[in-house]
Amino acid sequence: MDDRLEERPDLTASAADLALQHPADGEHLLSQLVAHLREHRTRLRHEWAERIQQAHLLTAMTPQEVSAETTSVYDNYVEVLETGSVEALQHYARDLSERIIPRGVETHEVVGIVLLLRDVLARSLFEKYQRDFALLNEVLDAYEPAANRIANTVAVSFVDERERVIRQQQDAIRELSTPVLPVRERLLILPIIGVLDSERARQLTEQLLTGIRRHRARVVVIDITGSPDVDESVANHLVQTVDASRLMGASVIITGLSPKIAQTLVTIGVDLGKMNTIGDLQGGLEEAERLLGYTVTRKGGSTSS
Amino acid sequence: MNGGPALVSILRQGSNLIASVHTALDDSQLVRFEHDLVEQIGEHRSQGVIIDVAALDVIDSFAALTLRRIAEMARLSGARTVIVGIPPDVAFTMARLGMGTAEVPTALDLEEGLRLLAEHATGSHPTHSPSGAEPDW
Repeated sequence: MDDRLEERPDLTASAADLALQHPADGEHLLSQLVAHLREHRTRLRHEWAERIQQAHLLTAMTPQEVSAETTSVYDNYVEVLETGSVEALQHYARDLSERIIPRGVETHEVVGIVLLLRDVLARSLFEKYQRDFALLNEVLDAYEPAANRIANTVAVSFVDERERVIRQQQDAIRELSTPVLPVRERLLILPIIGVLDSERARQLTEQLLTGIRRHRARVVVIDITGSPDVDESVANHLVQTVDASRLMGASVIITGLSPKIAQTLVTIGVDLGKMNTIGDLQGGLEEAERLLGYTVTRKGGSTSS
Repeated sequence: MNGGPALVSILRQGSNLIASVHTALDDSQLVRFEHDLVEQIGEHRSQGVIIDVAALDVIDSFAALTLRRIAEMARLSGARTVIVGIPPDVAFTMARLGMGTAEVPTALDLEEGLRLLAEHATGSHPTHSPSGAEPDW
């Protein structure tokens, strides 16, 4: 520190002070920096907006929106540099992501604009301090980590938000995909549509077993017409589900096994000896009604059809 | 069941015995339960036995074995056994571990179990038998 001071006798008093207060000098530099960024806010923002346009980022948003958001991002950015706390920025970034994700804004765009801002500001700092290389170095030392943290925070917030949306949708799909339907007293139908993965299979078991208890079911028809394929673990899981249902006093009829699934099951050697399978849902329902002692007759007239 | 709150109650209902397990049983308690129940089956010359395990949050291999043994002993004394009230998560755990009740029929709850016994007693063809395979009694 000292020898550097000697090398720069022309330094202003304040800069010398700042260099002497060693532990706090980063902070001091930052506040200087923040003042600089505040002072040239309009020009820098304009420059940034131009760069965004040149890079064809945020094309899904109108220029007014871009301008409004970039203003907020800029102010938040400067605030983080000033306070060192990313909390407000995190909050804002999450909020922003929530607004722009449905518009189809991509991750690279969001990261891109933040990196552009980082670049624009760094250039302006470079311009300002270019005559004093050592000071520039110190300024950049203070600026870079903060800027990196900001870029990181924004990117993470954006990705988090995306993941939250994806999770939400997954939950919604899952809820939709395994309805347990009572068709008659003591008779449940479980239509399975779409690919059964192990997570869905687990969900299905849970819903089925609680459904058996809730509806006091004696017969359950699991219809897998809508499921194109199963793998070994899912097949075994199905067998276990059937066993568990039996332990709860319900018998399971499986219908709609596609030839492909039948082939798979036989090939991988799943023990289906104990499983009651019937070709289609109609046959399965008839069998279930027989087990429950129902007879269905058509009113008035011949039943031949 | 001497000393302390009863872990299991064994009640006579007509020609049936209803054994309700109130709490989780350890191995020695299971052995005593088996002993008590089989004794009562002989004493009351019961035709049917219902074991309600709804309060068990774990059915391990020893418990499953005990239940099967009771059913077999009851069969030798001329009584049929139905196990009722296996909770959903216990049922799935048992299925996953490959532990079943083998030939012993199961039913959802006490009411269903009684119905199952009654159906058999009147000789009516059971409209329902788990697994599609007739329980072998």
